[in-house]
Amino acid sequence: MSQTAILTDNLTRTFGQIRAVDGLSLEVPAGIIFGFLGPNASGKTTTIGLLLGLLEPTEGKAEVLGYDVRTHSDEIRARAGALLEHAGVYEQLTAEDNLEFYARVWRMPAGDRRARIKELLSHMGLWERRGERVAKWSRGMKQKLALARALLHRPPLVFLDEPTAGLDVVSANALRDDLVGLVSHEGVTVFLTTHNMSEAEKLCQQVAVIRQGKLMTVGDPDDLRTRAGSPRVDIVGGPFGQSVLDAIRTRPEVSSAEAEDRRLTIYLTQQMDTAPLVNLLVGAGVQVEEVRKGKASLEEVFLTLMEEER
Amino acid sequence: MITDIGTVMWKEAKSLFRYRGSRTRGLLTLLVPVAVVAIWFPLQMGTDWVEDWVSLFSVVAPMVMVMITVPDSFAGERERHTLETLLASRLPDRTIFLGKLLVAVCLGFGMTVLVLILGLVIVNAAHWQGQLALYPAKIFFVDLGVALVVSLLVASAGVLLSLRAPTVQEAQQTLALVVMLPPFVLAFALFFFRDQISNWLGGTNVIHVILVVAGLLLALAVVLLLAAMRRFKRNRLILA
Repeated sequence: MSQTAILTDNLTRTFGQIRAVDGLSLEVPAGIIFGFLGPNASGKTTTIGLLLGLLEPTEGKAEVLGYDVRTHSDEIRARAGALLEHAGVYEQLTAEDNLEFYARVWRMPAGDRRARIKELLSHMGLWERRGERVAKWSRGMKQKLALARALLHRPPLVFLDEPTAGLDVVSANALRDDLVGLVSHEGVTVFLTTHNMSEAEKLCQQVAVIRQGKLMTVGDPDDLRTRAGSPRVDIVGGPFGQSVLDAIRTRPEVSSAEAEDRRLTIYLTQQMDTAPLVNLLVGAGVQVEEVRKGKASLEEVFLTLMEEER
Repeated sequence: MITDIGTVMWKEAKSLFRYRGSRTRGLLTLLVPVAVVAIWFPLQMGTDWVEDWVSLFSVVAPMVMVMITVPDSFAGERERHTLETLLASRLPDRTIFLGKLLVAVCLGFGMTVLVLILGLVIVNAAHWQGQLALYPAKIFFVDLGVALVVSLLVASAGVLLSLRAPTVQEAQQTLALVVMLPPFVLAFALFFFRDQISNWLGGTNVIHVILVVAGLLLALAVVLLLAAMRRFKRNRLILA
């Protein structure tokens, strides 16, 4: 497989006057979980539709697994798996029949499809309930079944559109664990859209942020956090009197400092060794119990990007 | 392509017999039209059901059947949000379309066969005249041919309406209006004014009239089928 799973260049899709996807240029390396982050109605689902060849681009181009989305969308769909906005499971059928149908769609040989269905349902903890109609299942179980369906034919690329949306914390965590387990076991590329930043932080090796169809930023989550948020030091201890705060704020490497109860947060202009600051505090009579270097969370990065655009 | 159509038909058939989740309700939905047409009509008409063209009423059964199944298959798939996932698979548009359509047409045709056989049994049981009454070959085959044409016509109209209707219910109601009105008017006219119509037709050979009407219906069915096939495209369905 090519080293690039998805490549887009100025990809654009309009609906009337609305530019749902606006000049998106993106490169997704193969073999990673790529997070595509954005608020509601930012163009995430439309992008998946374009990449799967379900929608035609208005402008620009895109290649998925080396195939052009305009001319070879059949080839893309033949090689990709998808869990779209809705789980899309047939509720009147049993779990096994749902997977059996899609295994036939993917033309898996009879023996292989039985083994694969058993493997996936067992992994998801659903094998014992394979004969039940899906209508009776919880949303979390349906999402798990849909994930199994997306991975059924061992695709090299899987699109997951907000797979944990609407799930409770326990179900969402269980689904994430299943996803990580299956992805590492099968080595697939995952294009994951979400507006859950902690989910992206946990799962993704690379993330892109989109807003109103436009790409805001793309990169390693760690790099984004370093780039977007100023480095900071959290110090637990005390007392943090006004004189201590004034002394800290006069330091050239400190951009600001805030104290709240027994916690002092110092925002730095650049990454630096924290020892001089700790020495200064100890010298001023502060009892330092804990020092932690911190970065902005992905959520803070995301919110900053959203604010910048307003 | 044949394998893929078979796969879609396999799923459609499975879903159909689990209609709205209940197998019993699914079977009842299928059997009620059969019971009405295959029992009530033959009981009322006696041997005329077998020996005359009135057995053409058997086409009511596939009409009802197709009217129920096609909107559920097309509009229902969209309403239940399973269509996007199906369209994101490797199946070509035409395969999905034909798989769904063929299940409805086959079911309608199969139901006609069932109605004709059951009607024959009812007539012989309730109006026994000393010997076994059987359909003349031309009536039997014309009945089957007309049932096939009507099934195809209703299915094609059903697809077109289902692709535009927001819900299964709306698609079924509109289809019922469009499809059931003309044949019911005709059926009641034939039932109550049979002699007058016979006199009006005079020496015209009934089979010729039926074949001309069937030919017109077939032409209309083909036009609607092509229009539905043209409309059933991924790009348009996702936007719908």
